[in-house]
Amino acid sequence: MKKNVIKVIQPKEGRFNQRRQFLKLSGFALVGTGLLMSCGNDDDVHNPPDEDVFDLGTGDLGVLNYAFALEQLEADFYTKVVNGTYWSGASSTEKQLLLDLYNHEVNHREFFSAAISAEIGSNTSAKRPTLEFDFGSVNFNDRTQVLATAKVLEDTGVAAYNGAGRLLSNPDYLVIAGKIVSVEARHASAIRSLINPDSADFSGDDVVTVNNALDVALDPSQVISNLGDTGFVVTPFTANSLP
Amino acid sequence: MNIIKFLDEFKTENLMSVKASRREIFGTFGSLGKRAALAAIPFGLVAMPTRTYAQTSGDPVSALQLALTLEYLEDEFYELGLQSGVIPGGRPEIVFQQISQHEAAHVEFLRAGLQGAGATPVEKPTFDFTVGGAFDPFNDNGVGQETAYAQFLALAQAFEDTGVRAYKGQATNLMGSQFLTPALQIHSVEARHASEVRRIRGLKGWIVRDERGEGMPEPTQAVYDGEDNVIQGGLDVTTIGSGSPFTIDASTEAYDEILTGDEAVAIASLFIVS
Repeated sequence: MKKNVIKVIQPKEGRFNQRRQFLKLSGFALVGTGLLMSCGNDDDVHNPPDEDVFDLGTGDLGVLNYAFALEQLEADFYTKVVNGTYWSGASSTEKQLLLDLYNHEVNHREFFSAAISAEIGSNTSAKRPTLEFDFGSVNFNDRTQVLATAKVLEDTGVAAYNGAGRLLSNPDYLVIAGKIVSVEARHASAIRSLINPDSADFSGDDVVTVNNALDVALDPSQVISNLGDTGFVVTPFTANSLP
Repeated sequence: MNIIKFLDEFKTENLMSVKASRREIFGTFGSLGKRAALAAIPFGLVAMPTRTYAQTSGDPVSALQLALTLEYLEDEFYELGLQSGVIPGGRPEIVFQQISQHEAAHVEFLRAGLQGAGATPVEKPTFDFTVGGAFDPFNDNGVGQETAYAQFLALAQAFEDTGVRAYKGQATNLMGSQFLTPALQIHSVEARHASEVRRIRGLKGWIVRDERGEGMPEPTQAVYDGEDNVIQGGLDVTTIGSGSPFTIDASTEAYDEILTGDEAVAIASLFIVS
C-alpha cells in the first residue's frame, strides 16, 4: 500500500475554522525527521478533493469520532502486534500483557462504533468511514520497536482523553471517557515498565510535570498533528470544529 | 475547616445508620477484640449505603476538597513508608519515591487551586494507617519487615485504585470548571501509579472483574466492588463483538468504574482519626 499520509493543520484562530488546510507527506518521509512542510496559507497547499476527506464533526459527536479514530489506531496496532513474531516468542507475562492491551483496545473501538451509531440514529450518512493505517515503519518482529510504538500510542491516548474531557457536554460521555483514560494510563505505565523496569518511567518526568505532577493533556489539533508525524494514519480526515 | 466536619458535610444524604463517627462505629465492636473486629470491617462499611445515592452535581469545591483529602492520605502514607525502612531498595524504592513526590505535589496543587478559587482547603487529618492495630505497614508495632512491606503494598494498591475511581467519580462535578482538565491530569497519574503498584504485587496493571487480587485483605474489597460492571453507556460491552476482547474479563478490565463521593469518603474515613 502506498503510504500517503495527510497531516492536518489545525489553526487556532476562529477565522480559519471553516477552512481546511492539509499537508501531504511524501511517501518517503521518515518518521520524526521533520520533513513536514509547513502550511502557512492556502497557496502552498494541494487540497485533495473534498470527497476524499471527512471531518470529525462538532460537539460530543465530534469528540466521539475523535476517540473512535484513536481507538481504531490502537486496536489496529495491537492486532498487528499479536500477529507478529516478537509477540509469539515473548515471555508468557509479556504475551499476556500485550494480548490484554489488544483486547481492551478492540473493545474500546467497538464501543465507540456502537456509541456513535446510537448517537446518530437513523442519520447513517453521518457515520464516518473506517480508518486505514500503515505501520510500515514499525518492525513487528522487534521488541524494542513494538514497545516504543506502544508507549507513544498509549501516552498519546492519555493526553488525548485528558484534553478532550472539557469538550464534552454530556456527563455520561465524560464518565465513559474517564473510565477509558485511566485504563490507557494503566497501559502506558505497564509498557513503560516493560521498557525500563527498575525506574520511575511508569510515571516518568517526561510525561508527568515535576512541579505539579500533572499528566499531559492535549487538544485534538495537537494530537492529530502528532499522529501526522508518525505517518501511521492513511485515511485523511480533519477536525475543523475541534480545538 | 475541620476534616471530619467536611466529610460529614460532603455526604449527600444523611445516612443515619452511618451517622456515627468512625470511633462510635468501632465502639460498637468494643466487646470484641479490637484487632479482630477492625480487621473484619470492610473498608466501605462505615458509610456504605444500601443503594447508590445521586450526588449533588456541580460543586467543584467539594470535589476538590475530597480529592485533597485523598491526596493528604496518600502523601502521608508514602512519606511514612519511605521513612520506615520497610521498602526494599532498588525498584520498589525508586517507584515509591516517584509516587511520593507526585502525591506531595498534588497536595500543594490542590491547596493552591482551592485557595485560588477563594475556598479554604480542608486541614490535613490525623491518619491511622494501622486502622487501630489491624495493620502494621511501617513495622512500628513489630509485625516484621516482610509482613509490614506486604501490608504496605496492599494498602498502596488500595489507595491508588481508590484514587483512580474517586477522581473519576468527581469528574461530572467539575464539568464547566477550570479544574476539570487538571483533575483529569491527576487522575491519569494515579492510574499510572496504580498499574505499577499492582505489577510490583504480581498482578495485572488493570482490574479484572471486581477482584481485589491475590494477597489483598478482604476489608479492601470495597475498593473493587462494582468494577465488574459491563454496561457502558447503556451498551453491554460483552455483546458488541466476538472473541477474546469481549469476554467478561476483558470487558471489565477495559473500563475502570467510578466511586461515588460517599463511597470514597467511606474508604478514606477508615484511616482518619480526626
